Amino acid sequence: MNLETARIDSHAAPEHEDSFIKGVKDCLPTLLGYLSIGFAAGVVEKTAGLTIPEIAMMSIILYAGSAQFIAAGMIAAGSTASSIVITILFVNLRHLLLSAALSPYFRHLTPLRNLLIGSLLTDETFGVAITESAKKNKISEKWMHGLNITAYLNWILANLAGAFLGQWISNPEKLGLDFALPAMFIGLLVLTILSRSKYAMDIIVGLIAMLIAIVVSLVWSASMGVIAATIAASTIGMVVEKSK
Amino acid sequence: MRMDIFLIIIGAALVTFIPRVLPLMLLSRVNLPEWGMRWLNYVPIAVMAALVAQALFIQDEHFSLSSNNLELIAALPTFWVAVKTRSLLGTVVVGMISLMVLRFFL
Repeated sequence: MNLETARIDSHAAPEHEDSFIKGVKDCLPTLLGYLSIGFAAGVVEKTAGLTIPEIAMMSIILYAGSAQFIAAGMIAAGSTASSIVITILFVNLRHLLLSAALSPYFRHLTPLRNLLIGSLLTDETFGVAITESAKKNKISEKWMHGLNITAYLNWILANLAGAFLGQWISNPEKLGLDFALPAMFIGLLVLTILSRSKYAMDIIVGLIAMLIAIVVSLVWSASMGVIAATIAASTIGMVVEKSK
Repeated sequence: MRMDIFLIIIGAALVTFIPRVLPLMLLSRVNLPEWGMRWLNYVPIAVMAALVAQALFIQDEHFSLSSNNLELIAALPTFWVAVKTRSLLGTVVVGMISLMVLRFFL
């Protein structure tokens, strides 16, 4: 192996690394989604009786749409602290899989730098990052921070805006605000499949995941539905691809 | 700030933070086998498909495939726009407007 291939084989310092600003720009298409979901979450949190400082703290250190919706709902329903935390743990276990899926692209970084990337990981930034990785086969660290921090700041702003304006909005569903999250997942799913050109396998895995998610959600719980569907459908995809 | 709310937020933040960072920190030290990489390759498709299925087919903890499942109807133009335009923003906007219009008329 000559020096040239050795350098390409190691993951260190690719020549044209995408910049922080490029990450900010690539986050822009998701911003409306963040704004509407964050806004809707803020409205729901306010109507659940949370104060502005509490909502601010939630969006800053929790920073997870699904978890914040669940927390607001369960606090309003008078659930115990431990049951709220355990429910959120289950819902967010899917981050294990997202974080693991990104790990090959950041293998050259120290654990601390990986921690910084992971701490702001969301379904949406993951979707954008994995679409990027399908195009370029690598993800730049600076680009990832640009993407993550833009999404994070927007989330906090949208959440607080929703909290402030929440008192005047009686019915956010009338505006279709609650569909921002599913629509974004539809977009990310389609974009990911289109970008990797192994349509047949991806669509089969996707349909299997949908089926399992529905069945497990109905007989067990929604969060277990996502986890079971992810593990089973990915395993089927792995096995079928190998045998082909 | 109320103490119980404070503790709930801290606890929720911890159980969200750990699954986010742990695999990135640990798997950067260990080399995954080829089948592991192939498995991870399908994870994003599976997670997103599962989340979409829950949002579209489950209403009030019941399976719903009826004509009054407006989310499911709104998903059709949303999918179409995603495939045609490959634009995330366009997809989200069309999705929300579709559902808003459906709810207005139905």
